[in-house]
Amino acid sequence: MKNIKFLFIGILFGIVLSKAEVISWYRIFEMFKFQSFHMYGIIGSAVVTGMILFYFFNKGSIKTFQGEKINIEPKKKGFSRNIIGGTIFGLGWALAGACPGPMFILLGRGVAAIVVVIIGSLMGAFLYHAVKSKLPH
Amino acid sequence: MDFILQPWPWYIAGPLITFVMFLLFFFGKKFGVSSNLETICAIGGAGNLVDFFKFDWKKNTWNLLFIVGTIVGGFISYQYLTPNETVAISSQTIQNLSDLGFQNAGVQYLPDEIFSIETMFSLKGFIILIGAGILVGFGSRYAGGCTSGHAIVGLSNFELPSLISVIGFFIGGLIMTWLLLPLIF
Repeated sequence: MKNIKFLFIGILFGIVLSKAEVISWYRIFEMFKFQSFHMYGIIGSAVVTGMILFYFFNKGSIKTFQGEKINIEPKKKGFSRNIIGGTIFGLGWALAGACPGPMFILLGRGVAAIVVVIIGSLMGAFLYHAVKSKLPH
Repeated sequence: MDFILQPWPWYIAGPLITFVMFLLFFFGKKFGVSSNLETICAIGGAGNLVDFFKFDWKKNTWNLLFIVGTIVGGFISYQYLTPNETVAISSQTIQNLSDLGFQNAGVQYLPDEIFSIETMFSLKGFIILIGAGILVGFGSRYAGGCTSGHAIVGLSNFELPSLISVIGFFIGGLIMTWLLLPLIF
């Protein structure tokens, strides 16, 4: 059960997003209305501290627990996939008020209706791979 | 203890998200939630219908455990760490939502207009929930990542595809919030 540590990392992630209200539909609405700094502060400070962290990863001064260099897998290149896929995602993010992580955290909070959203997201992921050969990337 | 029970400010949450990301990379993995959707499809037998899902999902067990952890984290937070369910959104936001027909915005964690059991079992409410899910699942896999993989990891790593994706997230989010939500509600 060497993977059990990821359960605990997930618990930490669930508590952080829950306590910071990132998983509240209202906070997502407020973000897209530009009426609060809260969400921008969270994403922004995560990105800035992330840049510092990745600087040390790339320099090799922070390694994995086994002493290996940490390489961040590059994202797939392409304009259409990112702009169209991103826009479709954004429509869903603003409607559900939840992206994939928060959906599961809300499930833990006992929100029954989120099960429908999760089933929808599985259908969406399936549908993408069923039709992807016909889509621009 | 009182500090833990209050809503956490952005400058605590953001760096803690990076700490989670650090732990995942430190243990030789990566930070990306939406790829779990594909893993769950594969476990459910989607490989019988679409070849892509024939991959060996067992290699992603760690990420499924991460997801199970987030569920447990949500439960712990709800049961023990959140004595007050209100969300302190701005008064302008409350006014905008009231104009859309959302009662008591911010008094609970989520709006009943979308997430109550009655709404879930209404035709319109069900279509909204399942439709939102389909958009999130389809879009995140089309773009190759969601908020974690693109907005946090990708931007931190100066990835152009992630910047384009995040611009897309905002195009979609702004269209939904400013144009479509007033038509839906």
